Amino acid sequence: MNKKQRIMLTRIIVTALMTMMLIIFHPHGWLSLLLYVITYLIIGYDILRKALLGIIRGRVFDENFLMAVATIGAFALAIYDKSGDYLEAIAVMFLYQIGEFFQGYAVGKSRRNISELMDIRPDYANIENDGKLEKVDPDDVEVGETIVVLPGERVPIDGIITEGESSLNTAALTGESLPREVKAGNEVISGSINLTGILKIRTTKEFGESTVSKILELVEDSSSRKSKSENFITKFARVYTPAICYSALALALLPPLFMIIFHGAAFSFATFETWVYRALVFLVVSCPCALVVSIPLSFFAGIGGASHEGILVKGANILENLSKVKKVVFDKTGTLTEGVFEAVGFHDYQDSELGGNDKSKLLAYAAMAESGSSHPIAQSIVKAYGKPVDMQMVSNVKEVSGKGIIATIEGKQVAVGNDRLMKEVGAQVSHCKSVGTVVHIAIDGKYAGHILLGDVVKPTSAKAIEDLHKSGVNKTVMLTGDIKRVADKVATELGIDKVYSQLLPADKVTRLEAIIKESKAGEKVAFVGDGINDAPVLSRADIGIAMGGMGSDAAIEAADVVLMDDNPMKIGKAIRISRKCLKIVWENIIMAIGIKGICLVLSIFGIVNMWLAIFADVGVMILAVLNAIRAMYTRKV
Amino acid sequence: MKKTFKIEIDCANCANEVEEACKRIEGVSELSVSFMTQKMKVTFTEGADPDEVMSRLVKTAKKIEPDFVIVNS
Repeated sequence: MNKKQRIMLTRIIVTALMTMMLIIFHPHGWLSLLLYVITYLIIGYDILRKALLGIIRGRVFDENFLMAVATIGAFALAIYDKSGDYLEAIAVMFLYQIGEFFQGYAVGKSRRNISELMDIRPDYANIENDGKLEKVDPDDVEVGETIVVLPGERVPIDGIITEGESSLNTAALTGESLPREVKAGNEVISGSINLTGILKIRTTKEFGESTVSKILELVEDSSSRKSKSENFITKFARVYTPAICYSALALALLPPLFMIIFHGAAFSFATFETWVYRALVFLVVSCPCALVVSIPLSFFAGIGGASHEGILVKGANILENLSKVKKVVFDKTGTLTEGVFEAVGFHDYQDSELGGNDKSKLLAYAAMAESGSSHPIAQSIVKAYGKPVDMQMVSNVKEVSGKGIIATIEGKQVAVGNDRLMKEVGAQVSHCKSVGTVVHIAIDGKYAGHILLGDVVKPTSAKAIEDLHKSGVNKTVMLTGDIKRVADKVATELGIDKVYSQLLPADKVTRLEAIIKESKAGEKVAFVGDGINDAPVLSRADIGIAMGGMGSDAAIEAADVVLMDDNPMKIGKAIRISRKCLKIVWENIIMAIGIKGICLVLSIFGIVNMWLAIFADVGVMILAVLNAIRAMYTRKV
Repeated sequence: MKKTFKIEIDCANCANEVEEACKRIEGVSELSVSFMTQKMKVTFTEGADPDEVMSRLVKTAKKIEPDFVIVNS
């Protein structure tokens, strides 16, 4: 509770006590009025002040104005009546303030809860200085410095372990509760918690560029991107409040005037009184706060809950679109498959320049050419080679997008890639009979053999596709640059509806555009990729989902949703979280407008009095806020 | 230049209105007010004096929401 809230609470309590005293001792005449006015001012002075400021500054119609007019009106009626029933005005203000207090408290509380869910900001970094540990601001640590992370501490900056072994808890980043074992040479990502051993880490990034900072910035920015339903409410409120005020005015004036003109009623205040009262009730009922606060709160809670699951959603508008996803398009490598290839065969090299019975020369050339590339295929060839690559022997490396790599090694032109690359350099391809990804090698335009790579399907992929179909996604598509045979085999294994294989990166965009075009209006198409080589496709899709976002800046930039780990099961989960959130938003819109609508009509006919009106207003608001907070709970979605 | 300010703002609708009005202030190229995170992000246009822009910005914001406060910068 902050200072403002404490003051408010004191005012609420004082008002309650004073009102009780007034009821018990029941003073008469002017003393009574004076005491009631004092009580009224204690509970409502800030509302009156804001209403007045609003009028002075030409911003008349807001909820402060509604409340001020309604309560002053009720007071005036009580004075006119000489009924001495000043309680009503105080009660309205009192309940309204309780509602506001509750709302402020609930929003503040859930704000803290949600930021705790995302609490991954490290406060300090340890630096070793003359054998002693010194705590410094992570902002001051330079790239390449060595930091020490003790057990129980959070890794503050991305880096590589130089000393020590430990297990890391990455739950705050990925939602994955199983600790990850790490040792010297492993990369570590900031935000994970060191559980067991002391680690020395050589930083590879500045704090501001580290994963933790990127994620925090992303999550903080996300709430400023507004959804359509939020914009709808802003527009709605702009029209709604003036409309309500004029309707209330009409309600107070028209029926009595009608009576006076056509039924010969006396032109006196008595004729107006009932209708003025009804108009005041009408004003109290109409207050739109339940909607205005519950919608951003729902989205914020939904985004917060999702990020706790390792699903970063970049904005409320994206959460909204995510709930409308009907088609999911996948990239194959690294998304549905591990993206880690194993060299399973070496063929047709015997007769070539790299010949003899030793395959190691073929592999060495391929590894040298591919060593600079980040493509998963290239990396797995380098890994299969297993030895450090002597980069001095390699020059003129040229990546031919979607085809492979051409480089000069020991003065020879070496082409490593698919059959299209072979065609380009004029080599005669020998086709492989096994299923798998084939990497051909040609030396100076002459075919020199190929390496057969097998890609492993992720254990959760098939289940993830099934899960998507169950969650209402009606079509799954796979796009891949891989050859048809491999692509078809993977697709059948996973139960994917449609496959497009042998695509160049540019073809993927065209394919996706075609898929978007044939979708019905209002149905969104999501593309899921691993963020490597598919940034254009990610940004073209209605919703770009990047997997394994940790460490890949390009993916974080281009995607709308970033999955922190590379488990495809999270896609279905993200969609369900968004649906839950949107369902809550609509529940609140319908509930608030529905109840308000009914009360508005009832107040016109004088069935609802001011007490009921304020109960309806505060009650709906509290229900809407409590309902909105539900969006935060995503574990069982 | 981009800066983030911690703010106090009490109602969601006012946050939207403050955002709308402050976006139009001279010297501000981008601005967002988040009610939920209680933060305001301001990108100043090239060559503008942030302090001077901010003093005008606070005035505008207070006109809409008298309780608007910048906690720190």
